[in-house]
Amino acid sequence: MSWFTEFPHMSDEALRDLRKVIDDGFREFTRAWGGTFETMFEPLRQFLIQSERLMLATPWPVMLAVVGAIAWFASRSWKIVIGSILTLLIIGYFDMWEDTMRTVSMIFVCTVVAIALGIPIGILMARSNRMQSVMNPILDVMQTMPSFVYLIPVVMLLGIGRVPGVIAVVIYAIPPMIRLTNLGIRLVDKDVLEAADAFGSSSWQKLKNVQMPLALPTIMAGINQTIMMALAMVVIASMIGVQGLGQPVLRAINNQYFTMGMFNGLAIVGIAIIFDRVSQAYGRRLQKHLEIVHG
Amino acid sequence: MADPAINEYGIEIRRLYKVFGPKAAELVPLVEGGMSKTELNEKHGHVLGLRDINISMPAGCIQVIMGLSGSGKSTLIRHINRLIDPTSGEVVVGGEDVVKMTPDQLREFRRHKTAMVFQKFALLPHRNVLENTVYGLEVQGVPRAKQVETAAHWLERVGLKGFEQKYPNQLSGGMQQRVGLARALTNDAPILLMDEAFSALDPLIRMDMQTILLDLQKDIRKTIVFITHDLDEALRLGDQIAILRDGEMVQQGTGQDIVMRPADDYISSFVEHVNRGKVIRVETLMAKGPADAALPQLPAGTLLDEAARRIIASGQERFAVVDGEGRPLGTIDMATINRGMFASDAA
Repeated sequence: MSWFTEFPHMSDEALRDLRKVIDDGFREFTRAWGGTFETMFEPLRQFLIQSERLMLATPWPVMLAVVGAIAWFASRSWKIVIGSILTLLIIGYFDMWEDTMRTVSMIFVCTVVAIALGIPIGILMARSNRMQSVMNPILDVMQTMPSFVYLIPVVMLLGIGRVPGVIAVVIYAIPPMIRLTNLGIRLVDKDVLEAADAFGSSSWQKLKNVQMPLALPTIMAGINQTIMMALAMVVIASMIGVQGLGQPVLRAINNQYFTMGMFNGLAIVGIAIIFDRVSQAYGRRLQKHLEIVHG
Repeated sequence: MADPAINEYGIEIRRLYKVFGPKAAELVPLVEGGMSKTELNEKHGHVLGLRDINISMPAGCIQVIMGLSGSGKSTLIRHINRLIDPTSGEVVVGGEDVVKMTPDQLREFRRHKTAMVFQKFALLPHRNVLENTVYGLEVQGVPRAKQVETAAHWLERVGLKGFEQKYPNQLSGGMQQRVGLARALTNDAPILLMDEAFSALDPLIRMDMQTILLDLQKDIRKTIVFITHDLDEALRLGDQIAILRDGEMVQQGTGQDIVMRPADDYISSFVEHVNRGKVIRVETLMAKGPADAALPQLPAGTLLDEAARRIIASGQERFAVVDGEGRPLGTIDMATINRGMFASDAA
């Protein structure tokens, strides 16, 4: 009856061998291809370094003015502009300016990569049901797999540093971008699409003139989600050497520095709120033509 | 722009069948063999959309296709620009079979030969009126200046001058459909497909739009296919009317034909409440033969309504019906007109 009380599992030796085979195989793979991958991701590394250098080299008053201007153009709301600048002033006053700039640069790069990959994948998913049924489980895995688990192979391949950090963050943060692009395009009114067809639109014209503009508010919601999730990964990414607000938090955890952890944590919250309000206000502004309704 | 050149694009629909479902093509022979819509649905789970439709729509005329919901009229109009693919049959437009076109040919055909107006307007909500109107030309790749010029012309014709920068949401239903009409006219295609274009509008606005369409048609002479479920609208607009029921053609002819000689009880029940004085023309009821030159004259084509008004105003009993050159065709009197207007078996 031992099979009844104890789950009949693979023998310990077999399991050990299986793990060893996979591990050895992957180790071989990293040894053979690690260099290639590193070269492949070199442009991404350069992008990261340049972006960070730019944000750190820019004098803080200029940076504040730029943030204020972006907030104004996206939201047209003084409340959001003043809120953003005030938050950054407080962060700077508590001597977290440099780390904040590093984190902002990192989030910026991750968001750009997520948009550049996510929108085309989302479009493909919207165009084909087969693509959708293939992508959905992959996206589920990306969202639910504990991030530490896919940090292992990434670190094995690329070592510790910024690039693996970006990859880990993008894997975690890209699913809403893809899902909401797909959803936005699929929700476009069938009647309007039929009209576009009736006037002889090619599929590119339909995408450019009808589907993307009408899906844009939903896509903006995806971008907003992606930014929020990327920020949530800042601390985990700092474990593999990504600089920024995550590292002091990590140090605070290791040494039980309560205040240090709190300050840096609140700084992350602060920039999250800035990103969120600004991008949401922009998304709302895109839908303005829907708001003024004939009486 | 309003090119009055002779429109050569008549539409011939021949033996058109549409069965909805995965194995549609295999089931066409059964339908041809006379299987009914209900039987097809019960035995094979397929829906019969259209059965053996044959219509010849002459170029430059308004062809109305009438039927209640579910009769297949919207399916039929979508076969003309192949938004729906037929299961079998031919749709010949200007000598070319639309069914046999490759995707590229079809796209060119839709761009240059047809334009469509939709029941729910189907305007692009993120574009203003002008940007909506230029859509067809934009897709064709016409230079921007020309797009705007053409669009401005047609927007003015449908009475939307000054509204160019408004968004569809800011306009009433009637105004939105004017944008839909301007968008279709800007395309400058010989064929205009109107799918229940005025059905979503309230009655007064609908009359208004019908008047606009009839006025425009005097200049543009397009081949218009107009779908409606409203017999009054059909009679007012249609040079020819075809009536569909359950995907089958029940009767085709002019408004007069249908009002005076309904093919079956179904159509009779439709026709019953029609104002016959606005449909039947004097030459249909006149006594053929020579007319006394002294009689006052009515031109052929006068509606009974108008004829009665003229006869009453003149105080005479009998009128001569004359053709365009003033030659007498026959005579008509008040009693005949009264019978024609009120009795259903006058003919």
